Amino acid sequence: MTTNPAAQPPVQGLRILIADDNQSDRMILQAIVRREGHEVLLATDGREAVELFKQHAPDIVLMDALMPVMNGLEASRAIKTLADSDLVPIIFLTSLQDAESLAECLDSGGDDFMSKPYNRVILKAKINAFSRMRAMHAQLQRHNRQMLLEQQVAKTVFDNVAHSGCLNLSNIQHSLSPMAVFNGDTVLAERKPDGGMLLFLGDFTGHGLPAAIGAMPLAEIFYGMTSKGFSMEEVLREVNSKLRKILPVGVFCCGAMVELNFHNKSARIWVGGVPDVYLLREQSGKVERFASAHLPLGVLDPHEFDPHSQDVVMHNGDRVFLWSDGIVESRNSANEMFGEDRLNQVFENTDNPDRIFKAILDQVDRFMGGSDRDDDITLVTAKMVDIEQIGMTTYESNKGSVGGPVNWTMTLALHDQSLAAFNPLPLVMNLLMEVEGLRPLGGQLYTLLAELFSNALEHGVLELDSSLKTGPQGFGQYYLEREQALAALSDGCVRLTLTHRPLPVGGELILEVTDTGAGFSYASYASEEPTAGATSETAPTADSAAHAKVQWDYSGRGISLIQQLSDELTYLDDGRSVRAVVRWPRN
Amino acid sequence: MTVSAIPSDNGREMTIKITGRFDFSSHQEFRQIYENASPDIKVYTIDMCDATYLDSSALGMLLLLRDHAGGDHSEIRIVNCNEDVRKILTISNFGQLFRIE
Repeated sequence: MTTNPAAQPPVQGLRILIADDNQSDRMILQAIVRREGHEVLLATDGREAVELFKQHAPDIVLMDALMPVMNGLEASRAIKTLADSDLVPIIFLTSLQDAESLAECLDSGGDDFMSKPYNRVILKAKINAFSRMRAMHAQLQRHNRQMLLEQQVAKTVFDNVAHSGCLNLSNIQHSLSPMAVFNGDTVLAERKPDGGMLLFLGDFTGHGLPAAIGAMPLAEIFYGMTSKGFSMEEVLREVNSKLRKILPVGVFCCGAMVELNFHNKSARIWVGGVPDVYLLREQSGKVERFASAHLPLGVLDPHEFDPHSQDVVMHNGDRVFLWSDGIVESRNSANEMFGEDRLNQVFENTDNPDRIFKAILDQVDRFMGGSDRDDDITLVTAKMVDIEQIGMTTYESNKGSVGGPVNWTMTLALHDQSLAAFNPLPLVMNLLMEVEGLRPLGGQLYTLLAELFSNALEHGVLELDSSLKTGPQGFGQYYLEREQALAALSDGCVRLTLTHRPLPVGGELILEVTDTGAGFSYASYASEEPTAGATSETAPTADSAAHAKVQWDYSGRGISLIQQLSDELTYLDDGRSVRAVVRWPRN
Repeated sequence: MTVSAIPSDNGREMTIKITGRFDFSSHQEFRQIYENASPDIKVYTIDMCDATYLDSSALGMLLLLRDHAGGDHSEIRIVNCNEDVRKILTISNFGQLFRIE
């Protein structure tokens, strides 16, 4: 539409309501307005004007200020209320001259005024000007309706994509406004096949659809990769490259990702561009902060991106808190920000850690008081618990085949740098899930495979000492050493051999994992009271009895877990090779 | 908020001064400045001495400028940040992409 008045043809055919108690004035106005080609409605007082407005919905109203029964000011207030969001211009006709009376006309909802006696040329120009304004207003409203409609559709699609995760688990609390996706905020949580959990809070640049659009591929990648067993680093890498590729420069996603491991009670925390992630210790009530150490997602090219996390030991009852800057930047009516100090106060003043989540929301709400609530308060918290409390992951497979291959063998050998560059678990799991009988065992098989593979890689090929993992700083140290050893790896191999064969009832899967490391004294792991002979003869390290004890004590992970998950477990070749058998159906 | 540009005498540098809140409302203005800048300009300085606040859209604009000025080969300094501005730049780790002084 063009808004250049010079280019507009004279406006014709409007419906114009004239309200004036003076008959001769009414007649003069009617004549002028008719001559311009408009339809005229006539009222002799305010009440009649309101009635005619209700019945005929005129486009413009010419209103005398002083009339019997109901004066023009009152009538115009009533008409503006009836018109609601439609623009119905009201032009006051008045012989009043003092500034105060004229201002009162506008204050009561009038849009303009004209002094008597009426000037035909000016009246015509005013009607034309208001008609243009009406057209613009109507177009704005159409655009707005269209936008709301589009947002609704986008929101529905987004809800279907984003709300497939595990945010409803009992150890998670989150706050996200229903329209938050259009603030660019998003919260995602999904279980890993081994029972672990990935948590993500993101904040895209900007507002509206541009901010919302990146959340969809992000959620797809997050859910897809996490549930297939990719590591947090791999999920972050993929999200970063995808966003980098599809989003224009200048649009990116600030975010934090946390991986919780409920078996070994640890967390890995990655923060890129959002405020510190808090870790609240239940025992001491102390807060540990994890500051943003990375650029936001979608800024750096894939080869520059750094997915390294900060690793930390957790205990049951410890909680992580992730938030966007919406909380500290909430403003009250005096335009002050809520700020970090007030946030920290909430942590100090709330004794019961279960109440902190609600206390934060309440305090922010109270702080903002009457001022417009931003709906920008995005917050998620998750608590470390025993896996029994939230259950194992149900491994969902959307494979349609019935039966699938039951008699096959596959060998995959990863050499030196391929061990650093490639995670074989999702690939192997994909194959295993082709076998219908194995599908109900998905989570268990993943955990078994993951444990066997990481033992072969970390303790076999890389010769890392698992006792490192015990101290409070141990996890970080362990992963740091793992990373350094992987980067320097020039020689070594892990070979996975999987065999599935049918049995008279069901079938059996044989997993063999062999590494080129120095081996280990598996006897000392198999029992809490290792035989002296086995330890001294085959132990690769002198402190292996203590080492074994540590690993055994270490939350029942490691070999005791592997034993529980398999029907048979055999170590061969001084611990360099392990063979696990899983038969189905399991009872 | 306002954005103003001061080219240097040698024609190779430009200082862009930000006043008030640096947010999406200044997108157009900011963009026009660097798009209309002479191609000889190789070095940009963003002067934040009168900037009170910046939001994530402003971070996006800084990235657009960086892209325009040659990406990894660009030379952009961000100077005179107040505490709030510096904090936002620190949280987003923009120090990896810009010289923040």
